[in-house]
Amino acid sequence: MLAVSPSPAGTASSPETLAVVCRQIIKEFGTGETKTVALRGVDLDVLAGQMTLLVGQSGCGKTTLISIIAGLLNATSGSLTVLGQDLIKMTGASLVQFRQKNIGFVFQQYNLLPTLTAVENAAIPLIIAGKPRRRAFEDAKEILSAVGLAKRMHLFPNQLSGGQQQRVAIARALVHEPRLLVCDEPTAALDAHSGQTVMELLRRVALQSDRAVIVVTHDNRVFSFGDRIIHMDDGVVTKVEIPDSTSDRNAVSIH
Amino acid sequence: MNWLALRMLTGDKSKYLSLVLSITFATLLMSQQVSIFMGIVTRSASQIIDVRDADLWIMDNKVRYIDEAPYLPSSHLQRVRGVPGVDWAVRFHKSNMTARLPDGNFRNVVMLGLDDATMVGSPRRMVLGELSDLNRANAVFIDKAGYEYMWPGEPFQVGREFHVNDRRVVLTGICKASAPFTTLPILYSRFTEIERFLPANRNLMNYILAKPLPGQDPLQVCRAIEKQCGLMALTQDGFFWKTIDYFMSSTGIPINFGITITLGFIVGAAVAGQTFYLFTLENLKQFGALKAMGVTNARLISMILLQASVVSGIGYGLGMGTTAIFFTFTNRIAPMAGIHLNTIAAAGVGFAVLIIILLTSLFSLRKVLFLEPAVVFRG
Repeated sequence: MLAVSPSPAGTASSPETLAVVCRQIIKEFGTGETKTVALRGVDLDVLAGQMTLLVGQSGCGKTTLISIIAGLLNATSGSLTVLGQDLIKMTGASLVQFRQKNIGFVFQQYNLLPTLTAVENAAIPLIIAGKPRRRAFEDAKEILSAVGLAKRMHLFPNQLSGGQQQRVAIARALVHEPRLLVCDEPTAALDAHSGQTVMELLRRVALQSDRAVIVVTHDNRVFSFGDRIIHMDDGVVTKVEIPDSTSDRNAVSIH
Repeated sequence: MNWLALRMLTGDKSKYLSLVLSITFATLLMSQQVSIFMGIVTRSASQIIDVRDADLWIMDNKVRYIDEAPYLPSSHLQRVRGVPGVDWAVRFHKSNMTARLPDGNFRNVVMLGLDDATMVGSPRRMVLGELSDLNRANAVFIDKAGYEYMWPGEPFQVGREFHVNDRRVVLTGICKASAPFTTLPILYSRFTEIERFLPANRNLMNYILAKPLPGQDPLQVCRAIEKQCGLMALTQDGFFWKTIDYFMSSTGIPINFGITITLGFIVGAAVAGQTFYLFTLENLKQFGALKAMGVTNARLISMILLQASVVSGIGYGLGMGTTAIFFTFTNRIAPMAGIHLNTIAAAGVGFAVLIIILLTSLFSLRKVLFLEPAVVFRG
């Protein structure tokens, strides 16, 4: 069962736990006759310690919104605070450094480097941050064990199943302990069982009291894993749902 | 990050190999053609290079290159000797003659006539015989490649008799000499013998070889000779380049080799460029992911340049190695003797490979630098 939040704008009430605060975010692409408005004034709060699902039809602006929240796209107007930092004012190197330190990414197509093993892939954020390779690999092994890939960490992506690749991607997203995890359709390329496994893993491993997890999805089979479900349509937040309990969540074991 | 760049590059073995091989092929083609071109052009002036004991070449002031010099009256020799700054000056003869072998075969030869007393311009290294053997009656020396050309497959042997311009000569020595442009045998003889081969000619000296006094500027001595004698006087280096310039401007050799070298450059650039560009395109999502994860553009540039440098370095090394092996074997063949990989060719081709790899990287860099990191969210 899902309960509809009284706050349709997607805003929450406890500011001390807010990881992301979006106010009147507008994003336009192109100019003149080719101008397209992807976001038409989005108000959204994302709470730390919660998994927020961003759902809606294709083209409704979900991906644009998380790209802006993750600092990969600039908003045309509006205000955006992520982990206490004003991202709108942040530019260039400071934005890159902010992403490197604070944000973890899980992509629909995994985007693992095919020429690196699982452990090497998982260690990339630490290597980018300048950590010595050996120590980075040690940390990566630890997180891979946590996602159930202890015995497959020396395999290359093409030797792993889709679900296993996504688990490597999750390990890579978490290895540098970011405070915001952004997942784009993490279950879209997976079968139902693998999708459930990945979502369960995200809740079990990724979710912490000081970390917010945003998952963009249109897979209604995983809606039950969210603490809040933000519905979007045509560039605006239309509805916020809060599942009444976590009892519906499918308990699955990790293979 | 260097580690990451190298793992990305070498992880796909087939692409890595084709990248390296494309540079290897381009290097091989260009260095081989440049070396052969330089070798052949240098051959046009090989007799100038082989004269080590004289610094100045004096000739008729209309001479364009070494093979085209009219005979000078012998009085010019005395006039040159009288120019202040000249230490010594001797006569030198160069012409083409015909040698007829005992079996009836004949070969055109390059004949060099040395001053009897000083032997200036004589070969530096003897394979068989002594330099003094040239003083014997009817004596001639032949260069090693020329011997193999005149008596193919036969062991080196002095004492052979044959005719030059219908005059009997005796082979008294086999020497080493730089290969001439036309790969004709080079015969050395004394000036008095030349007079025997060409009895109808009043003058047989077409060059005067001279040395300036110690401490004298060779160029100033040349100017003094020109002013005083009305002859053309050049340093060895000056005459070498004058001859080369003639061949460069008057033959189709530079155009032919230029086309091949340019094709090597274009093919190398196209193949390497396309492969590297495809390699980047295939990794574009990964580069996007790295950008999203916080890799700066500067780091991406250094990663791509490192990949390009490794590919070009290995490809260039393999190409040069293959060229060196090629010339090691071809040097044993008489027509290719003396043509080898030299440092100028290696440096020039290295520069060309650098251009190839910079052009190649430029397209890839452009693609990566303008890549929106948000591309990673597009399925």
